[in-house]
Amino acid sequence: MIQAGVIGVGQTKYDAKRRDVSMAGLVREAIDNAMLSANLDWDAVDAVILGKAPDMFEGVIMPELYLADAIGAVGKPVLRVHTAGSVGGSTAVIAASHVCSGQFKTVLTVTFEKQSESNATWALSPRYPYSPHINAGAGGYFAPFIREYIRRYEAPEHIGWKVAAKDRQNALKNPLAHLHIPGIDEKMVSDTPMLWEPLRYLESCPSSDGACAMVITAKDQVGSRNVAWIKGMAVRSEGTLSAGRDEVNPQAGIDCAKDIYNQAGITNPFNEIDCAEIYVPFSWYEPMWLENLGFCDLGEGWKLTDEDATAIDGEIPFNMSGGVLSSNPIGASGMIRFGEAALQVMGLAEDHQVEDAKIAMGHAYGGAAQFFAMWIVSSSLD
Amino acid sequence: MKKVAIIGYAQHPILKNAGALNEVELIMPVVHQLFDDLGIGQKDIDFTCSGSCDYLQGAAFAFVEGLSAIQTNPPIKESHVEMDAAWAMYESMLKIQMGDAQTALIYGFGKSSPGDLNAIISLQMDPYYISPLWPDRVSLAALQARVLLDQNIITKEQMLTTVVEARANSKNNRNALITDLINESDYFSHAMISSPLNNLDCPPISDGSSAMIIASEEKAYEFTDQPIWIEGIDHRIESSNLGARDLSTSATLQASINQLDLENIKFDIAELHTQFSHEVPFLKSLLNLQDVPTNLSGGPLIGNVMMCAGLDAIGKTYESLKDNQLKHGLAHATSGPCLQHNMLVHLETQK
Repeated sequence: MIQAGVIGVGQTKYDAKRRDVSMAGLVREAIDNAMLSANLDWDAVDAVILGKAPDMFEGVIMPELYLADAIGAVGKPVLRVHTAGSVGGSTAVIAASHVCSGQFKTVLTVTFEKQSESNATWALSPRYPYSPHINAGAGGYFAPFIREYIRRYEAPEHIGWKVAAKDRQNALKNPLAHLHIPGIDEKMVSDTPMLWEPLRYLESCPSSDGACAMVITAKDQVGSRNVAWIKGMAVRSEGTLSAGRDEVNPQAGIDCAKDIYNQAGITNPFNEIDCAEIYVPFSWYEPMWLENLGFCDLGEGWKLTDEDATAIDGEIPFNMSGGVLSSNPIGASGMIRFGEAALQVMGLAEDHQVEDAKIAMGHAYGGAAQFFAMWIVSSSLD
Repeated sequence: MKKVAIIGYAQHPILKNAGALNEVELIMPVVHQLFDDLGIGQKDIDFTCSGSCDYLQGAAFAFVEGLSAIQTNPPIKESHVEMDAAWAMYESMLKIQMGDAQTALIYGFGKSSPGDLNAIISLQMDPYYISPLWPDRVSLAALQARVLLDQNIITKEQMLTTVVEARANSKNNRNALITDLINESDYFSHAMISSPLNNLDCPPISDGSSAMIIASEEKAYEFTDQPIWIEGIDHRIESSNLGARDLSTSATLQASINQLDLENIKFDIAELHTQFSHEVPFLKSLLNLQDVPTNLSGGPLIGNVMMCAGLDAIGKTYESLKDNQLKHGLAHATSGPCLQHNMLVHLETQK
């Protein structure tokens, strides 16, 4: 397989309403930043891969058509990916697949959501013909899975508050983050209203406008650039209602993680991965994913969180950028994880840089915790 | 470049109104027909990719519902494009070429009957300046038809011939939705919808699904003795700004023709994703197919399942090459107003 790496990451400022830009302006802001950081001419881009979550979030169908000019795709191949919340991650994987296939040397990939154009909870609560209307939104859908996690492992309720406070404290070190809450702590989180038992208001992700772009290129095109080498990447899906499915610890997540660890030659992720950007839209997903991804045994995840292992200076820092809990342009949220992992191993994460990060993981999930995309990036090819 | 072959294709009978048949019920029969034909199951598939559009269903995550048609326990490598399933095939081909898969299942599905397709497709345009005008798909196509007629690139007679031939060719297609024949006076007796297009120039509202299986060179012969090879494939998009495009030609198709070196290939057949009658003579001329039997399946004018019709053009080309011992076939898939995004696929019988 052809080896590929990230040579540029670009993000927008994330905010509840980016009224200063159109959708085209929003994606272009991220793309311009990515192209500048890659130090690349437009002629070098062979294809553009666009990802975003449901079109109903903005009311534009197949937006690659409208955005063809803004994303620099005119005259080039363009592919539009939609895999629910995991889309930012799977778009990165598909973009890298373009390069690894040998068909393309350098590709630009961009993901976005402009949630202020519509209402995500409305769009996430589809009324299917011949089916009862759940009208749950994402939080209402995941809360029962979280309650089951707490029941199984007798986790104390402050774990959720702790994750919510930690990620928002990290966000204060990331000028692009949507939520900057001065003085955020567990007490402030626990004082906010209950939305979906056990999730309180500040244990939930925001709705954000934003975009994230990356330039991915083949080994022979890198030159002297700073590169985050892709050492492993994979996607996995499982059905919403498969018999025997464990929503708390989905098999698709377990399989996907094993796949990328095998590709990257990682046998002990806790020891060998320096930091990770993991898709945690609701606080409790940090301990749940710690276990699902093999960083610890089942039932031990909340203890790692409690011991500050996931703090930015901990043994396995999670979501140094502030994570999905601090910025959530849904279609881009997965790619932000992948891009932030790349920034860490490139040493470009500035105030939220983990010291000496060499190997980092990016993770995204979507649907009813059933779609997964992950990658491992490294500062060196060996 | 690693070779990839099509080893199977199945199409649901195209329906005017699938009624209560949901996406799963549309997808399962075609997937299982393919599996049965090849004597394989989901366990033999390394990568699965689908194409669909949420707005046709009227709810987000149409593809999530669709996935219930596939065996996903144990979990599978799977992805989805919010595009015609022709692009799902493209993505799957890349996965095989990079070595991440040896086989791939592709499916597309769409039900246009429950909604107002004209209103839905108008949301493809610039949301700030164009979509608020609700430009419907027929009127947008008519813009290009008018340009082509006014510049004498095509004639009204060619449009008539296209419609008559499409219906005559429906006899070759067991899944055709429209099978009744028409003559010249029938054609001219129909009122214009959007000049110069009358409703016979436009595709019927259609419901359905299709599926395809592709495989690497190593695997193809394990499952079939008649693989059809993807000898060349290229797709490109044009500007979204109709005023900035020259609608009398196609810069992207021209680029793809050069990229695939099509000028030097003698095609035996072609299937074009031509939803409107004027697009057939236009593309035949651009692609130098004047003497090549085109859309023998009847094409989209006799059945046009949104999100599948592009994959169907590839699938029908595959079937035609396989069943008639032909050598070279050309398939075309498109997306967007006035042929904005085009894919060309050169299929070849021998490797």
